[in-house]
Amino acid sequence: MTNALSRMLETREWVLADGATGTNLFNMGLASGDAPELWNAERPDDVRRLYRGAVEAGSDLFLTNSFGANAARLKLHDAQDRAVELNRLAAELGREVAEAADHPVVVAGSMGPTGEIMAPMGSLTHAIAVEIFHEQAEGLKAGGADVLWVETISAAEEFRAAAEAAALAEMPWCGTMSFDTAGRTMMGLTSAELVGLVEALPNPPVAFGANCGVGASDLLRTVLGFMAAGTERPVIAKGNAGIPKYVDGHIHYDGTPELMADYAVLARDCGARIIGGCCGTTPAHLAKMRAALENTPAGPRPTLDRIAEALGAFSSGSDGTDDAAPKRRERRRRRG
Amino acid sequence: MVTNMSDEDEEIILSELPDEDLVPQMHDDLYDGLKDEVVEGVNILLERGWTPYRILTEALVGGMKIVGEDFRDGILFVPEVLLAANSMKAGMSILKPLLVETGAPRVGKMVIGTVKGDIHDIGKNLVSMMMEGAGFEVVDLGINNPVENYLEALDTEQPDILGMSALLTTTMPYMKVVIDAMVEKGVRDDYIVLVGGAPLNEEFGRAIGADAYCRDAAVAVETAKTLVGRKHNQMHA
Repeated sequence: MTNALSRMLETREWVLADGATGTNLFNMGLASGDAPELWNAERPDDVRRLYRGAVEAGSDLFLTNSFGANAARLKLHDAQDRAVELNRLAAELGREVAEAADHPVVVAGSMGPTGEIMAPMGSLTHAIAVEIFHEQAEGLKAGGADVLWVETISAAEEFRAAAEAAALAEMPWCGTMSFDTAGRTMMGLTSAELVGLVEALPNPPVAFGANCGVGASDLLRTVLGFMAAGTERPVIAKGNAGIPKYVDGHIHYDGTPELMADYAVLARDCGARIIGGCCGTTPAHLAKMRAALENTPAGPRPTLDRIAEALGAFSSGSDGTDDAAPKRRERRRRRG
Repeated sequence: MVTNMSDEDEEIILSELPDEDLVPQMHDDLYDGLKDEVVEGVNILLERGWTPYRILTEALVGGMKIVGEDFRDGILFVPEVLLAANSMKAGMSILKPLLVETGAPRVGKMVIGTVKGDIHDIGKNLVSMMMEGAGFEVVDLGINNPVENYLEALDTEQPDILGMSALLTTTMPYMKVVIDAMVEKGVRDDYIVLVGGAPLNEEFGRAIGADAYCRDAAVAVETAKTLVGRKHNQMHA
């Protein structure tokens, strides 16, 4: 399959992705609780400005403002019937900014989780999840997205449903999960298990990896976990710029542009090919990340100690892929 | 490790276990999310003359405490805890009417909800279930709650605790909006305000004026018990 992202990966050692969407839209006046995706229709100039911020800071790829533009989430804002429209607009605005850029830029159509728990634990069936994601995928495709970008997923079932939707839309895709609970996803998936999940799909993604989660250190530990599992597929690292703090009435992430520059170089040395930020990452961070990637020669794969020393301590002692992980307690008796 | 291995494949007959073995077995069954077995255990203890309150605290709350600890320590994850909590709920549904009849002591009351713009309720539901499991009365407002919903519920329910949850960077600041509205109405100090959700942390909780940030459902229960206890002591002092 030939697509803009695969072509870019063929000639480039690393690709700089973008930073945050929510954080940057807040800085433009988005009110807490409101749907950022409605801005694609109501305030297109601000969405263009969001995209341009990343592109002008040197990003080779940016995500569209469509994270929550699936019917399940839009329902909150009584906009469940506008999924196709809002996704199409998100991608159209992105296409426009990418075409006007002074360097090649990939438009990646963001698809976040539905927010619901999948069957059998929850009520969302595989068929309905596929339908919800497929609708979103068609909107992004119609608007001209180069690739679909499934992100912040925590359940294997939801990842598979999104993959199937990409196949139905006949679109190349990327997929990342959020490893935010003791080094695993909320649903308990380890980095090694995501590698297994990805390779077992009938339509594996162009690239896969981790986004959001806890801090930059944890995210790189996850990347090392992908590598240790022996993956040959391009890996994505999109970590948060530190930890959220409440300062003067708004959320501020405490990771400085300098810290994110160190993170970007370490991510590359860990083996990640597509490197970006997530929550809290502004164009100022991206510019420093770009400069650091261009000016720092490749180094050896960093150890966990080196990562903790540069970016801060890990949130848990183990990420579930080693023998140090805490074990389930001894059961009294198993039932037959 | 090697002892009792011969028991491994034997079918366990709950009704044949003496009380001192049945209760730990119910803890195991809760841990494994075996709903039917938990319900059976509750019924057996009722038949044996246990008070509903004793079953709740020793068999169910005791079992959920273990689940909570392993969740906190990164041994169990959301799917396992949901199964355990559903099993507990099934046991609770038998006990609830009996607890009312027998006038069992109530630990406290909580109103809980996910804030406006946020659909995520996994964490909130876990907190609700674990709080009920710990003997609290819980009024669940569901997802996507504007300020007015919270204020109205505080007014009509008169709880000890208000719990708010947010999972998104875009919705977590809304907790501050709710707390500010409570301050403005002069009712902030009438309630214990607990906040939770993946992107939050302790410092954030403090900065927006909550009484505490709770990292997970197990911590929420412990914090709630401590703060409610302190509040009652102050009232009686």
